[in-house]
Order: sequence, then structure tokens, then C-alpha cells
Amino acid sequence: MLAIRALCKSYPNPGGGVSKIVNIAEFSLGAGDQVALRGESGSGKTTFLHLIAGILAPDTGSIAIDGVDMASLPEAGRDRLRAAKLGYIFQTFNLLQGFTVLENVVLGMAFGPGIDRAHAKATLERVGLGQRLRHYPRQLSTGQQQRVAVARALAHRPKLVLADEPTGNLDRRNSTEALNLIRETCREHGASLLLVSHDEAVLSAFSNVRAFSEINQVPQPK
Amino acid sequence: MILPLLIYRSLRQHALSTAVTAASLALASGLLMTVWVVKTQAQRAFTETSTAFDAVLGARGSKLQLVLNAIFHLEASPGNLAWADYEQIKHHPAVKTAIPIAAGDNFYGWRIVGTLPELFTSVEYAPGKHYTLSAGQLFQGEAKEAVVGSFVAEKLGWKVGAEFKPYHGLAFNPANQHDERYTVAGILAPTNTPADRVIWIPLHGVQTMAGHDPRTATDVSAVLIQLRAATAGMMLDQMYNRQGNRLTFAYPASAIITDLFAKIGWFDRILGLVAYLVALVAAGSILASIYASMNARRRDIAILRALGAHRRLVFGSVVAEAATIGAVGSLLGFAVYFILIAVVAKLIRVQTGVVLSLRSWHEVLWMCPLGMIALSALGGVVPAMKAYRIPVAETLVPIS
Repeated sequence: MLAIRALCKSYPNPGGGVSKIVNIAEFSLGAGDQVALRGESGSGKTTFLHLIAGILAPDTGSIAIDGVDMASLPEAGRDRLRAAKLGYIFQTFNLLQGFTVLENVVLGMAFGPGIDRAHAKATLERVGLGQRLRHYPRQLSTGQQQRVAVARALAHRPKLVLADEPTGNLDRRNSTEALNLIRETCREHGASLLLVSHDEAVLSAFSNVRAFSEINQVPQPK
Repeated sequence: MILPLLIYRSLRQHALSTAVTAASLALASGLLMTVWVVKTQAQRAFTETSTAFDAVLGARGSKLQLVLNAIFHLEASPGNLAWADYEQIKHHPAVKTAIPIAAGDNFYGWRIVGTLPELFTSVEYAPGKHYTLSAGQLFQGEAKEAVVGSFVAEKLGWKVGAEFKPYHGLAFNPANQHDERYTVAGILAPTNTPADRVIWIPLHGVQTMAGHDPRTATDVSAVLIQLRAATAGMMLDQMYNRQGNRLTFAYPASAIITDLFAKIGWFDRILGLVAYLVALVAAGSILASIYASMNARRRDIAILRALGAHRRLVFGSVVAEAATIGAVGSLLGFAVYFILIAVVAKLIRVQTGVVLSLRSWHEVLWMCPLGMIALSALGGVVPAMKAYRIPVAETLVPIS
């Protein structure tokens, strides 16, 4: 499902020179796999996810998603591939405050395979928000907002779901519920899951956990 | 078709600035359309009204004043002319019809004009249109009777049989009431000309009204003339205006009115300029309000981009949002236009009797809305470029 080779990304330093943030020789994920990456803040894991999602372009390397190399595509191509094949769950949810719950989920599918309002509603039903379709994010609890984010990431039936500290803004109870929801819905949809976190309680739920520092060969911040 | 949803939600999120900007666009659009339509219609209506007669003969003075007084019943007459002058031109072989009029009295500001019944029986006030009565009959001989224009009758609530006493002068002064009592014999059907604003009485009545100078009892204010041929006008112009020095022959009457509009064309241009400036300011306010909102919308735009929206879509949605504000403003502009033109048309009718057609088509009625939408879209380009350049990764989270 995901195959990464010789991936590098650097950023310029304010005082001159560049710093390598991502330097990954090899990383892969099979179809339906659920992998957690352990990494501390500042380790480059969000940049890594952004590269996979095509939000950023790498300096070198390849990122094959379902056989298509994201890294070789122009920006518009990366946008299309991301919309079609990927779902992204952000730590801060990143819901559109001016849109209803249903519209937020519909927007998750609008730029990819196309809008299927019935499936959007069904996905929201699945995450327990069937009675909140016309609510706005500000009218929901934190846990409910995270469930909207999960529904938005999965509504367009992606092949791969990226989750960046998805429980970082939740309390323990909501965190456990959110994590179970993400894993179950990915399993139901047949989507692979790549989750990054520094929370041991979250990581302990996965059987396949890898240290980001092991795969990313860059000097770690002190 | 996600674009309409994006536009709708954005406009709703910024409802106040959207409303204010659309309102200023509506004002500009309504003003522009009103100025253009009124200018065109007023000129046409005034010119057409004056084509019932080819020329006006009056006392020496301004041709424009003579035409405005004799045909539009505005202004004061430049003076009187003797009955002999009327007789002379009436019997001139080049003249088809000569109708004398005498003015100088009023009823509560409505002009009383003396004339002959032939004005209503032998003159077409517009091509193919003759005066008709909606009630009653024409005044008879030298009887103290009146035929009332439809607009006057409506405003005064007069019917056939109503009685009134004229007041001396062109402006109403309650101290100047005449003793003569007149009876409304007939009411004219609407003609949409200045005749609708006049109370018509027998010529003899004005000439012999008690209190008027008996030495001028046979004088008239002007003579309305229809010629047998256009070339005759040049000859009469030569005779009265260049060779004579007592009288003025205002010919051709319609061209004199056209000249008037040419002279006051600068006023139109200033009105138009004001309207264009208001439109530019409104477009500028669209640019400013959307641009100012870009900072607040950075995150939303980055989220949309993260979901897969292309930069082109983001750019297009901002421009389309601006154009939509322009479209809303243009639509509201028609409400402003209809209100303004109704007010202006009423004022013109009250003051001159000339009626503007509120339902006639003018090309500015489609050019102006399209122009406003285009101008608004242009105002959206700069903020759209800012949205286009928003960096997604930096905007969503700090680099880690």
C-alpha cells in the first residue's frame, strides 16, 4: 500500500544553511496494516506525514501509494491523489467552523471520488453522530469533533489513513473511544492506518509499533 | 459542484460586510441605470412633445424661453404680441395651422391658458393622436367654461360642473383672486404631454379678465404654428428673426429643446461620473473586505487544500465570491432603480407634464449589472491571489 524509498526533506535555517528534517531509507505499509510510530515533538513526524500526503514535496525519494509515486507528481497531481486515496486525521481536528457536520464530511469526498451524501450520512451514523448532521463544530464536544474528523477522513473510502496525534486534544476516556473508533472503521473500510503519537497509552493499543527515530536517520533535537 | 457551497458559506460567515458591500453596489448600480434612462427618456419625451408644432411665434426674446412657455407651460412669456401679428401669420400661405394662446392666470399654481377650440379639434398632439375628452364637452364660444387637463383634474378632484375662480399671475397668491367664476365643461383624456397640467379656457376669457390691462385685451402670449412644408420655416425665420426686430420665430421647436439638453449635458456627465465613482468605491470595498478576511480564512483555506482542493479552485472560489456579491448588489440595484425612477418620473410629470415610460427597455439595464459583476470579480482577484499562495503545511501546524 505504501512504499517509501530514500526520502529526504530539508528546511533552510534562519541563520543560513539547511537542516535535514526527514531522511528515511525505507519504509512500507501493507494493505490493511495498522502501524503506530512513536515519536517525540519536534522529531519530524508531522513533516513525514505531510510528505506522504503530498502536502509537502520531498527533496528526493519516492512515496508510492497504491502503486503511484506521490513524490514524482506535480502539485495538482498530488492534490488529486491525496483526495482520492488518503484520509488525514489531524491532532486539532481542523474542522471547517462555518460548515455543518455533514458538509465537513462531504468536503472530505468532494475533491476525490465525488460527493455521496448518503454514504456521508451513513459514515456519520457509524461514528455516532447521525443526529448531529446540521450542527456546527462549535456546537459539539471535543470528542464529537474528533469523531467528525474521523468520519471526514474515511467517508471517501481511502486506501490509507494518516493520523497525527489524533487523541492529543482528548481526555483519557475520549482518547480510548476515539482510538478504538479509528482502528475499527479503518478495519471495516479495509484502509491501512499509519498513526503517529508520543502517548504510550495510545501506542500500547497497537501490536505493530515502531520508533520514528529508528526509521528517520537525522540528528534528534536535544 | 462544491463551489456554490463554498461561496454560500463564506458569504454567510461574513454576512455583515457582504450586506454593506452589496448595498453600496446596489446604490451605484441603481444610480447609474437611473441617470442613463432618465437622460435618454427625458430628452426623447421632451423632443417628441415639441414636435406637435413646428414653430412658435412670440414677442422678441429667447427662443428657448418662448418654446418652454408656449409648449411646456413653463417660464414666463417674453411678452405679448398683437392680434394683428397673429392674423398675419395665420393667413401666411406657408402656415397650415396657427393657434393663439394667452397665459397669465393660475389656480393654485396650475396654469390657466386661453386658446381657441381649434387646438383640440384640428391638432395632432403626437403623430396620429388627437385630443379627446374623457368627460363633458369643449368650452363654447366665449362662455366662462374650462376644459381641464387630466392631471390637473385628478389632483384637484374636479369633475364636469366644478366651479372655480382664477387667480392672477403665474404663481399662486390668494390675494389676487379674480371675480369671474368658471365652470368645468370637459376633462381631457390623458395625453402624457404638458397639456395634461393646464386649465384651458376660451382665449377671450384671459384677454378680458377683470383686472387685466384693457389696452392689451386683444393681445396673445404666443402663436403655435404648424407649417405646410419644412422649408417654409427657414423663410419665416429669415422674415421675423433676421429682417424684423419685434417678434421671435422659434423654429424648429424640437431642435431648440434638443439644444437645451446639449447645453445641460455637463450635468448628466457629472451625475454619471458620481455614479461611476460610487461603483469604483463599491468594488474597492469588495477587494478590501475580502482581502481583510483572508487572514482569518487562512486556516480554512489550508484545510480545504489539505482535503485535496486545487489552488485554482481556491482562487476561483474567491473570485466567484466577489462576483456573487456583485450579482446580489446588481439585483438590489434594480430595486433602487425602480424607486429612483418612479420618484424622478413623478417629479418631472408634476413640473412639466412630460411622462417618462417606466417600463421601456434601455441597454444600460443589462450593461450595468454585467459591468458591476465584472468589476466585482476584478476586485476579488487580489485577495484570490493571496489565497492562492497560502502555504498549507505551515498554516495547518508548526513544523515538527
